[in-house]
Amino acid sequence: MGLGVFAKDKVDLLSKEESRWEEEVVREWINRLPERRKEFLTTSGFKLKRLYTPSDVSGLDYMRDLGFPGDFPFSRGLHATSYRGRLWTMRQFAGFGTAEETNKRFKYLIREGDTGLSVAFDFPTILGYDSDHPLSKGEVGICGVAVSSVKDMETLFSGIPLDKVSTSMTINGPAAVLLAMYIAVGDGQGVPRERLSGTTQNDMLKEFFAQMLCMFPPKPSVKLVIDIIEYCTRHVPRWNPVSISGYHIREAGANALQELAFTLADGVTYVESALERGLKVDEFAPRLSFFFASYNNLLEEVAKFRAARRIWAKIMRDRFKAEKKRSMWMRMHVQTSGCTLTAQQPINNVMRVTIQTLAAVLGGAQSIHTNSFDEALALPSERAVRTALRTQQIAAHESGVADTIDPLGGSYCIEALTDEMEEGVWGYLDKIEAMGGVVPAIESGFFQREIADSSYKYQKEIERKDRIVVGVNDFHTEDEWIPVRLLRVDERASEIQVARLKKLKKERDAKRVEEALGRLRRDVEEDINLMPAIIEAVKAYVTLGEICGLLKELYGDYHELIVI
Amino acid sequence: MESGMKIRVLVAKPGLDSHDRGAKVVARALRDAGMEVIYTGLRQTPEQIVEAALQEDVDVLALSILSGAHMTLLPAITGLMEERGMSDVLVLAGGIIPKEDIPMLKECGIADVFGPGTTTDELVHYIRGKIESEAKNLE
Repeated sequence: MGLGVFAKDKVDLLSKEESRWEEEVVREWINRLPERRKEFLTTSGFKLKRLYTPSDVSGLDYMRDLGFPGDFPFSRGLHATSYRGRLWTMRQFAGFGTAEETNKRFKYLIREGDTGLSVAFDFPTILGYDSDHPLSKGEVGICGVAVSSVKDMETLFSGIPLDKVSTSMTINGPAAVLLAMYIAVGDGQGVPRERLSGTTQNDMLKEFFAQMLCMFPPKPSVKLVIDIIEYCTRHVPRWNPVSISGYHIREAGANALQELAFTLADGVTYVESALERGLKVDEFAPRLSFFFASYNNLLEEVAKFRAARRIWAKIMRDRFKAEKKRSMWMRMHVQTSGCTLTAQQPINNVMRVTIQTLAAVLGGAQSIHTNSFDEALALPSERAVRTALRTQQIAAHESGVADTIDPLGGSYCIEALTDEMEEGVWGYLDKIEAMGGVVPAIESGFFQREIADSSYKYQKEIERKDRIVVGVNDFHTEDEWIPVRLLRVDERASEIQVARLKKLKKERDAKRVEEALGRLRRDVEEDINLMPAIIEAVKAYVTLGEICGLLKELYGDYHELIVI
Repeated sequence: MESGMKIRVLVAKPGLDSHDRGAKVVARALRDAGMEVIYTGLRQTPEQIVEAALQEDVDVLALSILSGAHMTLLPAITGLMEERGMSDVLVLAGGIIPKEDIPMLKECGIADVFGPGTTTDELVHYIRGKIESEAKNLE
């Protein structure tokens, strides 16, 4: 059903009126008071017009381009009643020190009103090393929690029934191992696998050009991603096996347009790979989830989130022939931006997080993590985390923006920017396709160069004061007041971890360990789904490092392509 | 350093930290300022970094670390450099490093720590100033 919103003759008349206004009113005004800048650009380089009117969205067809919430193309949201029915999930990312310490932080967050858990692992865990590996020295429990065996995972969720919470795990290379441990803990608690709910990030492609935490070359990496998708589709149906992530692409330096375009390109690659595996699109696509960043330019961010939903719906329906509505849904988790937080005048970060939260809510996010104001200085302290969570609660209960659906929809500016964002994304997707897809584009350094260029440009803009960052290149003060004591991770975490691991290795049944590793080796060689073998291995107390070590031996290591 | 010779810098990422945005911006800015820049890439052990600094015969070693492991890794690097008699190399650090950790790092041989808000110009001037005054002292 075509349903243009603006009649052409009326728009023509309006355009004439607009020209008159520019010539008669604006020109005279500008003569007296020049505008602050020659041009006003968004981070993606979109030139913002002075004023948006119906003539900027004259081609808008309501049903085709916007639709009703819950209807294709979902520009206005996935759900019929949006936040009027249920608020977004407030999901704070947390993890540091030992599993005991993080377990305490989880319980604190649940008490304070957090509605979903999200685990941050330390660097050794993220890279598949046990806490006692030589490369883990100095890093155990520092940037997240250390989990080397299923015992640590049990401790992490002790007293937290896994059928009552949903848990997101920021884990990629070793995602299969951590998911296996979570399943094993669920088995131990007597929770059936079909009742486990949560997310593994499990998005390896962006690791090769953004987060840079790679364990194996791209091909086996994608194989493991699809193993998890396939396994969850069959056995853990409420699990989101992958969270296709733009967040790290953005934080590595990309602008909003690049973030969205590269993420969607990754998404397309996963869908293609799952289809090649023999899965049917409507079987697995409903559980694909996404993860984006929210920055300070509220208008551009809202446009990005709305465009994201619309483009994905089109890709899934038109290209992959999905039939279920849920297969076309882009469900998204949004995190406020770490890179926008300043070490200078840290309390100002509360305001930045507030703006970014509003953008996420106005953009229709399903779950949100708000950063803490002290994060440019250290891992967040408990009090700063509480303020971050309160920020979401204030947005939800006091600001009123959650009380009507897609309140910025129909704004001439937002709709024009949403269109512009979409057009830019299609351009990038064509370009990546022409390079042969995401993997060849990674191998040629395309993404790496794009991101490095954007990040350098941004830095130079700040140094030239083309962009003002309060407290960094303007509005300085001597008073760097911080109302919290910064968190310092207990240095004993490492000792405790290493001792515990030693004990585990001594007490476990060596024969079972050997058998489990033997089966895993065979399954790799036969190139079948590795999840069952990995679950068996973690239950036999084979450690993360042992499993990943074997996989690295069989799949080979990966060395980063350096692009400055 | 002979006059007219390019300043040689090794930009390195010690440990498992993967936050490389800052390191890459610094590497590019120093290169644009006319220095010879080598970037190690991620996840280098102290041994690898010191070996690279030695092999490349650099004037400056710029270490970027945001993981919180600086108190373990940076002294390990300066310790190895001392063992190998590399006291002529200017060692700098940048990233997320709490103020109270800086005195101890300086004691270990880190010449200076550059936190958030440092401009690339400041860094270029600092390095030029240091290396040139050192060259004068040698004359």
